[in-house]
Amino acid sequence: MNTAILIIALLALTAFAYRTGKNRALSTVKGDGHLLHSLPSYHGMYVALWCLFPAIVIVFAWLIFETTIINGILVSSLTVEQQALSPSQVELLLNEIRNIAGAGVQGGQLDDAKLRLAEQYSSLKNTSTAAQIVLVIAAGAVGLALARTHIAARFRSRHRVEKMVMAVLVICSAIAILTTIGIVLSLLFEAWRFFTKVPLTEFLFGIQWSPQTALRADQVGSTGAFGAVPIFAGTMLITLIAMIVAVPIGLMSAIYMAEYSTPKFRGIVKPIVEILAGIPTVVYGFFAALTVGPAIRGWGEGLGLTVASESALAAGVVMGIMIIPFVSSLSDDVINAVPQSLRDGAYAMGATKSETIRQVIIPAALPGIVGSILLAVSRAIGETMIVVMAAGLAANLTANPLSAVTTVTVQIVTLLVGDQEFDSAKTLAAFALGLVLFVVTLCLNVIALTVVKKYREKYD
Amino acid sequence: MTDDPATILTAYKPDLTKARISKRYAAEKRFRMYGLSAIGVAVLVLAILLITIAGTGYSAFQQTHIAIDVNFDKESIDPQGTNDPGVLAEANYRGIARQSIRHAFPEVTGRRDQRNLFRLFSGEIDFQVRNMVLDDPSIIGTTQRVWLKAAADIDMLTKGFIDRSLPEGDRRVNDQSLTWYDKLDRDDRVKKRFNTTFFTTADSREPEQAGILGAVVGSALTLLVTLVLVFPIGVAAAVYLEEFAPHNKWTDIIEVNINNLAAVPSIVFGLLGLAVFLNFFGLPRSAPLVGGMVLGLMTLPTIIIAGRSALKAVPPSIREAALGIGASRMQTVTHHVLPLAMPGMLTGTIIGMAQALGETAPLLMIGMVAFIVDVPGGITDAATVLPVQIFLWADAPERAFVERTSAAIMVLLAFLIAMNLAAILLRKKFERRW
Repeated sequence: MNTAILIIALLALTAFAYRTGKNRALSTVKGDGHLLHSLPSYHGMYVALWCLFPAIVIVFAWLIFETTIINGILVSSLTVEQQALSPSQVELLLNEIRNIAGAGVQGGQLDDAKLRLAEQYSSLKNTSTAAQIVLVIAAGAVGLALARTHIAARFRSRHRVEKMVMAVLVICSAIAILTTIGIVLSLLFEAWRFFTKVPLTEFLFGIQWSPQTALRADQVGSTGAFGAVPIFAGTMLITLIAMIVAVPIGLMSAIYMAEYSTPKFRGIVKPIVEILAGIPTVVYGFFAALTVGPAIRGWGEGLGLTVASESALAAGVVMGIMIIPFVSSLSDDVINAVPQSLRDGAYAMGATKSETIRQVIIPAALPGIVGSILLAVSRAIGETMIVVMAAGLAANLTANPLSAVTTVTVQIVTLLVGDQEFDSAKTLAAFALGLVLFVVTLCLNVIALTVVKKYREKYD
Repeated sequence: MTDDPATILTAYKPDLTKARISKRYAAEKRFRMYGLSAIGVAVLVLAILLITIAGTGYSAFQQTHIAIDVNFDKESIDPQGTNDPGVLAEANYRGIARQSIRHAFPEVTGRRDQRNLFRLFSGEIDFQVRNMVLDDPSIIGTTQRVWLKAAADIDMLTKGFIDRSLPEGDRRVNDQSLTWYDKLDRDDRVKKRFNTTFFTTADSREPEQAGILGAVVGSALTLLVTLVLVFPIGVAAAVYLEEFAPHNKWTDIIEVNINNLAAVPSIVFGLLGLAVFLNFFGLPRSAPLVGGMVLGLMTLPTIIIAGRSALKAVPPSIREAALGIGASRMQTVTHHVLPLAMPGMLTGTIIGMAQALGETAPLLMIGMVAFIVDVPGGITDAATVLPVQIFLWADAPERAFVERTSAAIMVLLAFLIAMNLAAILLRKKFERRW
């Protein structure tokens, strides 16, 4: 609420700065705009930007550091015994204090010390908000005043403004890099903490996965085992099933649409098939759990087989359906990129259409098709909701598609949803799995994109 | 010489060719059929998916109501006759509703039986009665026939999802309730009406009181944050990379990076949000602010890529003309190129937003999976979003939640269709051939 008011005030100040700059520029040349180096609006923008930037920097600094600093002051005013508590307990205490401060004083069971802390918290918060408003407005005003003194007839404000805008553009395009760096650093950091508790070799080659660690020292039977092989195997099994469904269907429909269908048929059918890619994955998950899973179980039991209620087959088949449009539209592009001369050559030799496709077009398009399949595999490995809803939790090391297996993404979700103790091996294991997932999908993507690019260049 | 087998073979050769050609033509036909049937399978699966969802979900748009003659007793609502809303709001409406239900079944006397009787109705009926009084205080002192909301199990019974032939122990509605229900039904006092609750409330443990408004508002707030964050950044990045960036190693890295980021699994963005936004910056859990930021980072590559292709589609002649009459490069872009590329960029943005609207996994990581009964009021309140609500309901064991899950999916798909249609219309309207 306060932030909203602050932002509105800041925008008003900026608008004022724009007018000031513009008027000032015109007044230096007595209203004759021709004498200015830049248009008056550039002078206005120059002042406005100088008013806005410092203020925004302060707003963001506050957003980032306010909580940490207030917490630090609160913790320093806790009693010695309270400071000696574990970080999570201190966090709980702070939360309680914040709640008391937020809800106002109520109920008689609160002890005085907490009430005092809550009061301190509210006063700190108020001081901080007031300080923020004053500082932001002051920064804006100082920026405005300083920039205003620069304005003169020969002042090259257009160049200055364009440079500033360019800086913003560069920063914006660097955000994509920052995101990648953020992903890599956060995964590496948390995974490294995990590997100090569990050796890397056990994680990569162990075949026992039961991430429930002991909560108390005297607890029996839950020491935790972090061998991720069953999880990797489960992921591969489900991905394989998905590919068995998606590749033939996707590839054959791409071939039909590229080589056989009339433009009209293609215009209708292609968007319909692509709807499959637009359906949210949670919907597929619900479909897999509600319809496909029980159906497969019913058929299997009709044939006298034992089928787990959360079988790998159900999740894999539905995931395959989801991936059909990825395979088909990528392969479609690839097949369309094969030069017509190759087809004409084959027809001239008397080959039928299907012979041309099988013996000329597919071999020519093979690198591209492989690339598109690799992209689809990476999609399947990273897919979360379908497996969370339709695959199991138990880490079974099996190749039987009718039994329940678990995947990397399922484990990440299970380990991180719910309790949030950030120093246990259990939650950190999720980041180690996340790192594996990121690295594997990244490799697949890089290979696929290179292959597709090379292929494109070949026929361009 | 005429008996030489070789000569005979030569004589038959044309026939062999014919056989081979017909075989090749059959292979041709088969191959064509494979292609057609692959498309058929894809379309069929899509149809099955949509029909299943619609078939299980349509019934959630209706809710069973039971007519009871409610006696709005003046003595128990407003004995002094003040008509003061404060007094009216405080009255014991549960007692009034229960009194009226008891009145409709005078033969039910035991306490346990009466409790079972009340279980035919939703726990919410006291609010229903109260709201009637608050809306129109003049009904105090009269007896009105009110359609009270039925409990979820009774709703399922009306919709035919409870099998009466099962033994009593396996049924969610016991024999006693069935007799009462049948009596009400014979008296024409059971009716399905449009389920307004579904669109006006947030989540609840009781299926008949659960709605999607909280999730829809949460989704709207989250998408708002995403849009505010990602549109300016996406456009700026696209403009820089397409119009200004020199071709060097740095821009190559950025380019490869963006392409790869577009293919990173969405759950990894959730891990990033958890580690950076929640643990490092200490932003609130479950908040649309953090959700919007995570989804923003996730959709950024999509929007940058779409923006760049929109900029690429603007012909160089436009730029040359602007530069030729003395505009600076920045003026060329902001005055001429960007306005022409804007429809394409907006289309890309809408598609990116649709992608963000359907996304679930990263939001699970940052705690938007909590059970939240209030409609969120701001971007820092705890909230959930539509896909996560679907995920939560899909886990609930009650049959009534199954149909609500499907109905929520229908609402989500309706939003997605609307957004994609908007993108298509925008593209059609502003599509230009240069």
